[in-house]
Amino acid sequence: MAKQPKDKNQEPETTGHEWDGIQEYNNPLPRWWVWIFYATIIWGIWYTIAYPAWPMIQDATSGYKGWSTRANVEQAIQEHEAANAEINEKLTSVELASISEDPELMAYSRSAGEAVFETWCAQCHGSGAAGAKGYPNLLDNAWLWGGSMEAIHTTVKHGIRNEEDPDARYSQMPAFGDILDEQQIDQVVNYVMSMSGEPRDAEAAAAGEEVFVNNCAACHMEDGTGDQFQGAPNLTDAIWLYGGDYETLTETVTNSRFGVMPPWDERLSDAEIRAVSAYVHQLGGGQ
Amino acid sequence: MSTTDPDTAPSLYAAREPVFPKKVTGHFRNLKWVIMIVTLGIYYVTPWIRWDRGPNLPDQAVLVDLANRRFFFFWIEIWPHEFYFIAGLLVMAGLGLFLFTSALGRVWCGYACPQTVWTDLFILVERWIEGDRNARLRLHRQKKLDFRKARLRSTKWLVWLLIAVATGGAWVFYFTDAPTLLVDLFTLDAHPVAYTTIAILTGTTFFFGGFAREQICIYACPWPRIQAAMMDEDTLTVGYREWRGEPRKHSEEVKNGAEQGDCIDCMACVNVCPMGIDIRDGQQLECITCALCIDACDDVMAKIGKPRGLIDYMALTDEERERSGKPPKPIIKHILRPRTVLYTSLWALVGAGLIFALFIRPEIDMTVAAVRNPTYITLADGTIRNTYEVRLRNKHGEARPFRLTVKGHPAVRVTLEGTPYQTVEVPADTMLNQRVYLQAPPGSAPAKDERTDVRLWVEDISTGDRAYEDTFFNGKAN
Repeated sequence: MAKQPKDKNQEPETTGHEWDGIQEYNNPLPRWWVWIFYATIIWGIWYTIAYPAWPMIQDATSGYKGWSTRANVEQAIQEHEAANAEINEKLTSVELASISEDPELMAYSRSAGEAVFETWCAQCHGSGAAGAKGYPNLLDNAWLWGGSMEAIHTTVKHGIRNEEDPDARYSQMPAFGDILDEQQIDQVVNYVMSMSGEPRDAEAAAAGEEVFVNNCAACHMEDGTGDQFQGAPNLTDAIWLYGGDYETLTETVTNSRFGVMPPWDERLSDAEIRAVSAYVHQLGGGQ
Repeated sequence: MSTTDPDTAPSLYAAREPVFPKKVTGHFRNLKWVIMIVTLGIYYVTPWIRWDRGPNLPDQAVLVDLANRRFFFFWIEIWPHEFYFIAGLLVMAGLGLFLFTSALGRVWCGYACPQTVWTDLFILVERWIEGDRNARLRLHRQKKLDFRKARLRSTKWLVWLLIAVATGGAWVFYFTDAPTLLVDLFTLDAHPVAYTTIAILTGTTFFFGGFAREQICIYACPWPRIQAAMMDEDTLTVGYREWRGEPRKHSEEVKNGAEQGDCIDCMACVNVCPMGIDIRDGQQLECITCALCIDACDDVMAKIGKPRGLIDYMALTDEERERSGKPPKPIIKHILRPRTVLYTSLWALVGAGLIFALFIRPEIDMTVAAVRNPTYITLADGTIRNTYEVRLRNKHGEARPFRLTVKGHPAVRVTLEGTPYQTVEVPADTMLNQRVYLQAPPGSAPAKDERTDVRLWVEDISTGDRAYEDTFFNGKAN
């Protein structure tokens, strides 16, 4: 923004700097510009005093304002909990079955329950709740211990076959490898496969019916439809927790299975357990 | 190597030289008054225009509803997923600036830029209260703060402040119901964000219009630099006919006996310049082409009986033509060039596209996100189920029943989460998230095939409006 000289023959003003014969025209900055520059330096010094800045041996100076991201997170969590206190109170005070009838509670449970699920449940049941071998798929309509809101809530709260909670759901299938001989196991496996519409060896299956009635029907019922009070799976449906092929079933019958789930009331609040139960219940298989 | 002599080094920082633009009359000044009244009028009045949209929607004609993520513009309502309309408008604004800059140079800066318009308004107030250029200069040079100077200064600042508050105040009215907010502002019930916004805009308006003025254009604004890339030798800009004006009256040449040109060196062009420059030095970065110097010079030329246009809108090509004695190109030839025609066509094309898109957009809308975690699940009876997160948008002012159906394969059936029906009611002006299941019975083709194309239809059963989205159904392929 150098002003042009009044006289065209006069040389324009330069800064007086010269590098290898190249001169620089003087384009003076506004005075206030340099004040702002000084002001930023002063502000910068204040900032290093006010906020964590200077690295020391163990950590950095903490700053007189005592600001820390950790404290901010704690405060943010407290604020959110305070903001949710009212609806959490409502969630824990209503009947379990009536949660799904309240659109507000349901909307809250969907998002809060999903957050709980993704944090605590997804490790075993998968982020999409589709489960894995040995970890039940929560999207389908087959339930070991029941798919009602009440049943899901009890399962989440107390867990399954764990040592910590005396109210945990508990059942144990014997390892039939110690009880039956290999031929009997072969027969009963073939019988179970025929029940669910995947026949393999008709002769062995026919022989296996007697083995089944004598050994398995107490829990799995004579028709193989299972018993949710004992957590005994339905063997006639299309769903297998560990697999429905001959080898896997033989292994299951021989060695038994012992899937466990921790009790969550030790780690989650009552409202969180209800929210995640409602979330699981509305995933598509709730009864 | 570098050599600097510290004794002769000039100051690298300069204090601002205050500018006291003189009052001017003329065609361009009149045009600028009209533009000022129109632009400020639009800005201050728009939030107060009412527009009836029915019981559940705001009745403000122009409203940026950030809380509900809606933009209302008279009969148009833009939802977040239609942000491409805003993007399209920004593209049009960009092309419009290209067009105007390539044809008329910094015409935006000189006439329509808020910085120019508000500075103009502030200078007008300054002139009313403190008098014209000479009176203001005297007041500025008067060191002693007597009663008169204190009274004039404080009156001026008070009026500026009122304008600044009104400016900041008008801004917040665009974001919420204006009459309600106005009452809330006075009863101190408005949201702190409203007060903060008004305070910030009041401060910037007061400071930028009253004190920073031309320095914003020179030091803060990137536009002068960008514009240089968009101007060419045919672009009309404000220039001085040096070949006609020089040698000017008080120059060395005239003193030495040369014949004087048309410029009588009256400094009228310099005195009216809001940027504080001398247009006779040629094109400069500071010049916002406000054309006030043209008005000032034309006035003088009329008085001394010379033709108008010593300072005038002209292009670089005109200089060569005029120096060689030819008449300048007509204005229309400067404006109608392949480049400007191209910009206009592109601008119109985008505009036509937006209007077309506006007319064909449906009143109901659906997006389907297939849940692929997992890709499918098997139910107890062997049925294969796929899950979809469906967003149903009802842009009407009342609740509407939406029915979902599926086409693609007769075996695929649709069910909705949480309801045994295929119909769900979407509240007024809302988007509803609805989980939708598609199921194929065991043994059917879609249950066994890897993938079956399906089309989800949503129908507003109260009007028969329909919309669809294509997706696919994953089967148990093995």
